[in-house]
Amino acid sequence: MLNEAFPSPSSLANEATQATQASTAPSMPPIWQPLADASSTGAATSEDQLVLYGERFSSRLLLGTAKYPSLASLSAAIGAARPAMVTVALRRQTGGTVHAAEQPGGLPVYDTLRPLGIPLLPNTAGCQSVEEAVNTAHMARELFETDWIKLELIGDDYTLQPDPVALIEAAARLIRDGFKVLPYCTEDLVIGRRLLDVGCQALMPWGAPIGTGRGVANPYALRLLRERLPDTPLIVDAGLGVPSHACQVMEWGFDGVLLNTAVSQASLPPQMAAAFAAAVQAGRQARLAGPMLERETAQASTAVVGMPFWHQRSPTK
Amino acid sequence: MCPVSKPLPRMKISINQQPFDLPEGAVLTAALAAFAARAPFAVALNGQFVSRTRYGAQALREGDRLDVVQPVAGG
Repeated sequence: MLNEAFPSPSSLANEATQATQASTAPSMPPIWQPLADASSTGAATSEDQLVLYGERFSSRLLLGTAKYPSLASLSAAIGAARPAMVTVALRRQTGGTVHAAEQPGGLPVYDTLRPLGIPLLPNTAGCQSVEEAVNTAHMARELFETDWIKLELIGDDYTLQPDPVALIEAAARLIRDGFKVLPYCTEDLVIGRRLLDVGCQALMPWGAPIGTGRGVANPYALRLLRERLPDTPLIVDAGLGVPSHACQVMEWGFDGVLLNTAVSQASLPPQMAAAFAAAVQAGRQARLAGPMLERETAQASTAVVGMPFWHQRSPTK
Repeated sequence: MCPVSKPLPRMKISINQQPFDLPEGAVLTAALAAFAARAPFAVALNGQFVSRTRYGAQALREGDRLDVVQPVAGG
């Protein structure tokens, strides 16, 4: 129930069991090798990995690559956070004599990312129709040689919120075409179910509008989504601003977070990336550790029995 | 008298919203060469993805719109 601040012991036991089962499932060779000291990077232990479309990832943090002050900053942030994937996009090439390196955020970014060997998650950012999103996804698959796609279908230019109706149609087509679709959606439960019905195996509900850094705008609805879809990988994407936001959603039981602006627009992006990685790990560990229940009234931590200077008081007091 | 050969018909298409003048019936490969596309890139014709395996066979027509895209940073 949402009235509980935290889940019941039995549901936590189920989560721990599922984490153990994931670790005993047939393993796939990791593409992105975690550092030896997982605790310092925020990476998950081998017993508790993020599983998406049957693939396992050591980190529960996904990182965007846009708006960094420099390529060096981007590389350093990726190195500090060791994310499961990084998002990329497609944009028109400038033809003629303009060199690719002169296009902002262009090929040099791709040339920087490829040697890292980190899984790429192309997005359909900016698409406003099913046809745009589907064809962008197909172009991304050919170019990046991956079936992964972060499906973004925007319904409003101001809020950049997803168009839920078109999103479902586009997801259905891309699932049929063999894509591993990670749909960027709202926290609407029914829309989430429809996306799962058409074949999506994970959802990426927003925390708040893209780039706002507001954290979770509707905690009630987001936690309701988690409660009602307990077996679906849910990655909170968009709107997170500080590591405590990420830690909070992980404590609520979400499976991961995806963020870009919160890192790239920080004063020190690599340090902020490391902070977010640690926050994701801390929130996940807290979730699995079974936090205490909230209480309405105070309850002393120190035993009352044996309190010195205590004397039996008269009944009138 | 030597016969005067008629000029080959031309067609106008757009590539990334830039106008290009190509021989009528040119295939996509020729359009990409005229645009000086640089790998890696992917292509859509009139909003529809075209696989690179079809570049040499995809004929273009007057008014066609090509989008040539490349990898960029994204969130």
